[in-house]
Amino acid sequence: MARVVVNVPASAKRGEVIEIRTLAGHVMESGFRRTERGELMPRDIITRFSCSYNGVEVFSADLYPAMAANPLITFTTVATESGTLEFKWTGDNGYAVTESAKISVA
Amino acid sequence: MITRRQFVGLGVGVVAAGKAVAQLPANIAELRRAALEGAQQKIAGDAPVRAGRVKIDIPPLIDNGNTVPITVTVESPMTEADHVKAIHILTEKNPQPFVIGAHLGPRSGKARFSTRARIADTGKVIAIAQMSDGSFWSETTSVVVTLSACLEDGLI
Repeated sequence: MARVVVNVPASAKRGEVIEIRTLAGHVMESGFRRTERGELMPRDIITRFSCSYNGVEVFSADLYPAMAANPLITFTTVATESGTLEFKWTGDNGYAVTESAKISVA
Repeated sequence: MITRRQFVGLGVGVVAAGKAVAQLPANIAELRRAALEGAQQKIAGDAPVRAGRVKIDIPPLIDNGNTVPITVTVESPMTEADHVKAIHILTEKNPQPFVIGAHLGPRSGKARFSTRARIADTGKVIAIAQMSDGSFWSETTSVVVTLSACLEDGLI
């Protein structure tokens, strides 16, 4: 259920702007759809995504029901030093997933 | 092949959906406009939102509103002194105007991000950028949606 994919370049030059792509497997049930019996399906979405680079938050986002299923977020950051990027998704019904990726900066 | 039970179930759903439509308030357009203005007010407060510096990259004709790729780019040097703090994407015709609010900083390097949204109906898509000096810039584009999100697949 809690499957996420992140795409971070393995190595980069110092000061280079790198592109990071992240994808979380999630239905993102909007809370506006109805079942065939006409009952509203309860909202179940990811509400927050954040990325920290060696412990410093460099990007975060607040997500709303209008995000497509399996939310894809692509953003950029400056490769400052070798280390770890930590990604965190949190959402409704206690959804919480973390993922990390290593980068070596020359 | 559809069974009798499924057929009856579907009929119940269609009737229920019909009722739901009938219960929509008559002045839905006015409510949506108020919701959009409320959302802008929430982002910018009383500060003026000027047009420019922001670019939305979105297909003008959308076959499937359930996954619409959107890229937002903002003109900014992204330095400590002058950078983009946040980019918000709003839609006009969705039940709620907010799509995503992204928080950036000088370490972003470029003021650009991409995502995929659901868009319910033909209408406007708005991106608002908040700069580090407190100013707000925006771009509004219009898109045509042939298959809407939220509605057609409401009956599964």
